[in-house]
This record gives sequence, structure tokens and C-alpha cells, in this order.
Amino acid sequence: MIGNFKHSLRFSPILGLIIFLTQSFVYAAEDNLVNIYSARKEALILPLLERFQSETGINFQLVTGKADGLLKRIEIEGEATPADVLITSDVGRLHRAKSAGILQQVDNAILEKMVPVHLQDKDNYWFGISQRARVIFYGKDRVDPSELSTYEALTDEKWRGRFCIRSSSNVYNQSLVASMIEHLGLEETEKWANGLVANFARSPGGGDTDQIRAVAAGQCDVAVANSYYYGRLINSDKPKDLAVAGKVGIFWPNQEGRGAHVNVSGAGITKHAKHPEAAQALLEFLVKAESQSWYAEVNNEYPVTPNSQISETLQSFGDFTADTLDLTVLGENNKAALQLMDRAGWR
Amino acid sequence: MNTAAITNSKKPQKLRAFSPWTVMNVFFTFTILMPIITICAYLFQPPSENWGHLVDTVLPDYIQNSLWLMIGVAFGVTSMGTITAWLTSMYQFPGRRLLIWALLLPLAMPAYIIAYTYTGMLDASGPVQEGIRDAFGLKYGEYWFPEIRSIGGAIAMLSLVLYPYVYLLARAAFINQSVCVLEASRTLGCGAWGSFLQVGLPLARPAIVAGLSLALMETLADFGTVQYFGVSTFTTGIFRTWFGMYDAVAASQLAALLMLFVFVLVLMERWSRRRARFHHTTNQFRRLPEAQLSPGKAWLATLACFLPLLFGFLIPVSQLILWAFATYQEMLDDRFIELAINSFMLAGAAAILVLIPALSIGYRNRTNPSIAMTFCTRLASMGYAIPSTVIAIGVLIPFGAMDNLMNDWMSDHFGIQTGLLLTGTVFILLFAYTVRFLAVSLQTVEAGLGKIKPSMDDSARSMGLSRGQVMQRVHLPIMKGSLLTAIVIVFVDVLKELPATLMLRPFNFNTLAVRAYELASDERLADSSTAALAIVAVGIIPVVLLSSAISRSRAGS
Repeated sequence: MIGNFKHSLRFSPILGLIIFLTQSFVYAAEDNLVNIYSARKEALILPLLERFQSETGINFQLVTGKADGLLKRIEIEGEATPADVLITSDVGRLHRAKSAGILQQVDNAILEKMVPVHLQDKDNYWFGISQRARVIFYGKDRVDPSELSTYEALTDEKWRGRFCIRSSSNVYNQSLVASMIEHLGLEETEKWANGLVANFARSPGGGDTDQIRAVAAGQCDVAVANSYYYGRLINSDKPKDLAVAGKVGIFWPNQEGRGAHVNVSGAGITKHAKHPEAAQALLEFLVKAESQSWYAEVNNEYPVTPNSQISETLQSFGDFTADTLDLTVLGENNKAALQLMDRAGWR
Repeated sequence: MNTAAITNSKKPQKLRAFSPWTVMNVFFTFTILMPIITICAYLFQPPSENWGHLVDTVLPDYIQNSLWLMIGVAFGVTSMGTITAWLTSMYQFPGRRLLIWALLLPLAMPAYIIAYTYTGMLDASGPVQEGIRDAFGLKYGEYWFPEIRSIGGAIAMLSLVLYPYVYLLARAAFINQSVCVLEASRTLGCGAWGSFLQVGLPLARPAIVAGLSLALMETLADFGTVQYFGVSTFTTGIFRTWFGMYDAVAASQLAALLMLFVFVLVLMERWSRRRARFHHTTNQFRRLPEAQLSPGKAWLATLACFLPLLFGFLIPVSQLILWAFATYQEMLDDRFIELAINSFMLAGAAAILVLIPALSIGYRNRTNPSIAMTFCTRLASMGYAIPSTVIAIGVLIPFGAMDNLMNDWMSDHFGIQTGLLLTGTVFILLFAYTVRFLAVSLQTVEAGLGKIKPSMDDSARSMGLSRGQVMQRVHLPIMKGSLLTAIVIVFVDVLKELPATLMLRPFNFNTLAVRAYELASDERLADSSTAALAIVAVGIIPVVLLSSAISRSRAGS
């Protein structure tokens, strides 16, 4: 048994290596191709790419990963990078990619027309492809929606020990705070963060869904999380998820004022892209009406293009006003936001 | 005890200093050191203005949490690992034969996955607390329940999956110990506990420490578990600084500090057992007595060995199976087999590859110890204590530069774009694994080499065997268990490895770990369970094989 095992181990890696190495060399030759580094998870991008391939006949190659890692990789790979398109699931990283000088300007009439001005880079280095709203959730049996109003009001003393949110290491929190810095100024935002931390029901941990579940379980009464996680619970086929969704309500904050905070997932073309035309074709495809309603259908995200079809689940969330702050600002304020949260003791 | 000095007379040593073998060793060591040096080089850059902010706000927290985590895990893995190893080596009790290999199973469980499963069960919204609330008509907060997302929770999770390192190495040491020493201790008046504490344990110290240091290095490098639990450690701090504040310099300096800390720790341990040698001086190997315990004590022993298995494997796997039951049909797509093959190939290739430098370095340090070389090897094995993402970047920087040089040169001279020959292929992954897992392989190989008394070489040589023959006919049989252990641990480690794989893999290339991570990080725990179970399943095979090989490796049985 051991003998066989050793025997097979001796040869499989060599064989494996040959297969691996040849496999990765093939791409260099092809022209009708677009290479994608994506921080959107495979399950949330691959089906669209397959549709792109069958519609346009352009082949694609995909690596997924964490945005920071992919960004670093493109940076280090330099001129030789095979990546044509970088897709991220938040605007902070898109801005960072732009500042790191790894993206190029794209002048494309379709993108310009389809994507609203505040959801694209002012110098056309990146374009939003789907919107994600960060909203308030509340326990229906304990909180009346009339008690809620804005992100700012969450620091009210009545929420002492009743509020849940995830760690400040999470980029959606960093972006939210970055937007507050822009609207309220650094000093006010720091006061706000201190007040929020004072209201924490527990020290931050877990993901967004965990915050919503904590509300359902009674660990906290209000929480902040991205809306699509709630949509997923509503559409789940597990009775337990449905029970959670039934106990929790969604509230759109700051509707009287600037609107609810939104982030985008977006894409840009790399500076040293070897297939810029195919890359533009992909970006155009991603903002097409069909693709736009796909995000809503599959992941309960909001389209970036106005007047796109949205799913029933999203319709059930009701209409809302979104903050139209220029998203570039979120990237610029990210570091200040993080340091502010460090000082406030928001772990 | 001083035989080593006699075998290495001056003359051959000088000759060997220029042998191809030495050249190879220097090559290995320095290639592997390259990414580590790349990171340490940041230490010499002026500190950025963010240091003030770090020291004022979060750094004390990082240090404190990391230290507590280390202390807790050290206690957890040492107690679980040595007690189970001693009991299974020395006593007969019900279920022992099964437990001997089953105790290794948690090794196949990635730490972040066990964290997800326990959180799913024990969280405020999980079935356990829900059950308590329903049964007693209570609301959350009206009863006491430990918070799983805490430093205590992180210690428990990491201890449960890391104790097998200690168990594995300690058990190998226990079953290879001489019965005479133990019997001598009993005749000198030691009780059962006495001979464990005063003889068995001290003799196995190098092995236990080797296992412990692997567990602690992995603890320090862990990102997934602590991040999920919201415990800020040194490692999460490195990432916050790097990617949240965009400060590569301060982040690398943090990483380098972490590395230095571990390095000092390792050196201190080595120094504390300076001249002590742990060879057995007698060859009286007999079957270990495996004493029969009284029924009560026997069942206690069974319980003691069953608990780590229960909490480290059976419970989390049951949870995974429950989740997978509802989702596997959707998750077992046609790509799944490809994922499993990729994972298996990658892990197999890495396990063998890492063994080469480990053997080469281990041998050299045994026959030809020099302070400079030992120092470099220790430094090279620091990779295990560094978060994989940092290693990935440390590997990418030099190889990316080489790729670009090559690409420029080729396009200037021949008009050919070579692209990324090194960093765009599986090569870079295998190299990163070597840097990261050398410590595992080296520790195990050295533990094996430690069993070979220098006098054995001398006797074999005096009987006319060549060096090669000595290796083949004396060393290999003694080392077999250790070599297999090295292969299997690296195999399982690579199988579970995520950050470097995620960052460095080529196009259209996924593994089971990547699949499990993508779904879990998208907060689809139930969907990720199928891939997680597959990791465990692929990991179990070599673990079981290893266990039987070790049991048979005892000399004289």
C-alpha cells in the first residue's frame, strides 16, 4: 500500500507540473481574448463572462482573488502583465488602482452614456457596473421604523448596547465612514464613530449576514449591512433563513437628506492591457441592459444604469434615494476613515 | 556523546566545503531566503508617519492579542498533543487502535472552516442558543453563553486543528524510545506519572517543541480565523496597514518584526538545550509494554483521546455534512473533479519539492554544522510564521522583476513577448509553498536525523559501506517515518493553504480551497461545505497512510 502510494507520488508531480506549465503557456499566443483579474467571486461573474463569450465570440481567461492581492499582482507584473481588465467589488480599490497607475483612461461613448456620472471615475479610469446599498436593519418586534432616521441618529443614547455592525477592517464600513467624512467633516465623523462604538451590542465580528441574523436572534435591535445579503435571505429555500428575514425589516436611511450610502462594483482596463479592444467590448457588455438586470436577479444588487429592470425582491425593498456623492471621494478618504475608526476603538 | 566531533576530522570537512553539495545548499538557502530578505529589507526604510498612529491606537492591542493567542494555543496543543500521544503509545485501552490514527484527522481541517462551523452552531443565531431560548422561554441576554467570536474562541479553534502536529511528532518520539530507559526509571522508583514527566517527556522534548513551534508559527500566521472572529492580531494588523492605509512600508516592517520575534524565540529554545543530546544510548528495543489499565482508568484514557477527535473533527464534519446535504447537488458541478485534481497535484508536487531542500539542508547541518549556515537555515524556515499573503508578495517582487527583464530582453532582441514565464505559472505557487512550508519539512527531517546516532554512521563506514550505502541501508529505514511525515504534513498544509494560492494562481485554475473560500467569504457557508468536505476527504487519505507507516516504523517491532 505504502509502496504504491510512494510510487505514484514520485511520478504524479512531474506529470502534473508538465500539465500545469503547458496549460498556463497557451494563452500567450491567442489574440481574440480578454484576460480578467476579478475580485468579484467566480459565481458572481463567470456566468456573465460565459454569456459574453457566446455573444461576441471573444474568449476569456479568469483569475479571481481579493482585490488588494490582484492589484498588487498587476503592479508587480508591470509591463508584462497579462491582465486586461480588473474587476473589483468596491470603489475604494478602483480608486487605489487608479492612483497606483495600473489603469488606463477609457474613452468610450457607450460607457459614458450608460453609467451615470457619479458612478464612474471623473477621468474615465473606471466604471461602476453594479450598485450596493448599505442600509439599516431592525428587529420588527422591538423597533418601530419611525424611531429610525439617519446613520447619524444611530449614535443616539436610546441605542446603547443595541447596535451591531461588522469590523472596521471591512471595506464597506471604510467606504461608509469615508462618505461621512466628506459630508460631515473629520471632526463630526469622529464624534459619530465614538458614539456608534459606545452603542455596540457586542464587539464587531462576522460578516454582514451575521449582523442581520444577530438582529433576528435578539442580540441587537438595529444593524448596518449591505442590502443584497437581506435579499439573499428572503430568496433562500431554507426555512431558517426565511424566519430570519421575516423577523427583520429594512430601513433606508437619510432619505430626507443626502440619501442612503451606496458603493459600486466596477471595472477598469489595465495600463498595459494587451487586448484593449476586447477589454472595452467586455466593459460595454457588462453595462448592457441584460447584464444589468442579471446582477439584480442573481445577487440582488442595483443596476448602475437608470431604468433597468430590477427583480421582485428589490422592488419589495421600495424606492429609495441614493447618495450621489462622487465615489472617487470614497477612495481618497479611505485612509483617514480607517485611522479615525482605529482611534474610536472600532475594531 | 561527543562522537560527532570525532567523525568530522578537519581534513574532509575542508574538502567538502567546496563540494557541489555545499553549493547546492547555499543555492537552496538563499533562493528561499530571497522573499524573506525582500520583506526584511523594508526594516531599513525610514518609518512612515503611520507608525505614530499605530503605536498610539492599535499596536498594543495587536501585540497583546497575538501573545494571548500564542500562550493559549501553546497550552492547548501541548496538553492535548502530548497526553494523547503518551496514552496511545504506552497503554492499552478500548478504541486505542482506532484513535491512534483518528487523532490525526483534525489535521485535514482548515482552521477557518472549523471556525465557520462552530460559529454557525454556537452563535447567538445558531441552533444551540436558539434551542436554549426556545426550551426555557428566554430572550437573548437572559442566560449566560460563551461568545464564540472572541479570543478564547480563536484559541479553541486553532488548538483543535493544530494539536495533531504535537501529537504526531511526540508520538513518533515516544514509540521510538527505549524501553530500558523507561524500565530503569520505574526500578528507580518513578510511578507511571513520574516516568512520563521525568523521563518520557524530557526525552521527547525536541519532538514536542518541534510540533509546538509549528503550531505556534501557524497560529501567528493565521488570518482567516482571527479575521472572522474580529480579534485584531499582528497579522490582521499587517493587512489593515497595507491595504487599508496603503502603507506597504509600515506593513512590511510589521511583518519583519513578527518574523524577528519568532526567530528570537526559536533561537532561545535551541540555546536552552544547547549541548543536550537526545539519542538513546542503548539499542535494546523491545515491543513497548503497552500496559493494561484498570477498566476505570482505561475508559478515562479513551475519553481523553476521544475528546480532541470529537471537537476537532467529528462535530465540525457533522455540521459540514448537514450543510452539504442540502446543497451538494447544486455545488457538485462538472468543474468539481478538476478542482480536486488540481488540489491533489499541487499538494503532491509541493510535498515532494519541499523535501529536497529540507533533506539537503538537514544533512548538511548534521554532518557539517557551521554557525553561519545554521543561522541562515533558521531564517529560511521563518516562512511558516509569516502570513501567506506577505510571502506571496515577497515572492512576486523578485520573480516579477526577473520576468520583466526577460520579457524586455527578448522583445528587444527577438521581438518576442515572453510574458510571465515564472510568475504567471504554477512555478511561482510551488516556490511560494516551498518558502512557506520549508519549516515543516525541515523540522520533521531534522527530528528524523536526530534519531540517527553519529556512531551508527561510523560503524557502518567501518564495515566498508560507502556514504551512499550508509544513507540507503542505515539512514533510509530509520528516516522512513519522518520522511513520510514531512511529505504528508506539507501535502495537507498545501491542500488547506489559501492566501498564496488565491493570489498567485494562473488563469482558469482553481482549487478546492479557493472554491470553499469564495463561497464562505460570500457568506454562503452552507454552499461552501461541499468543497470543505472534499478538502477534508482528500486530506484524510495520506493522513491514514502516514499513521500506519509510523506505527510500523518502530525499530525492533
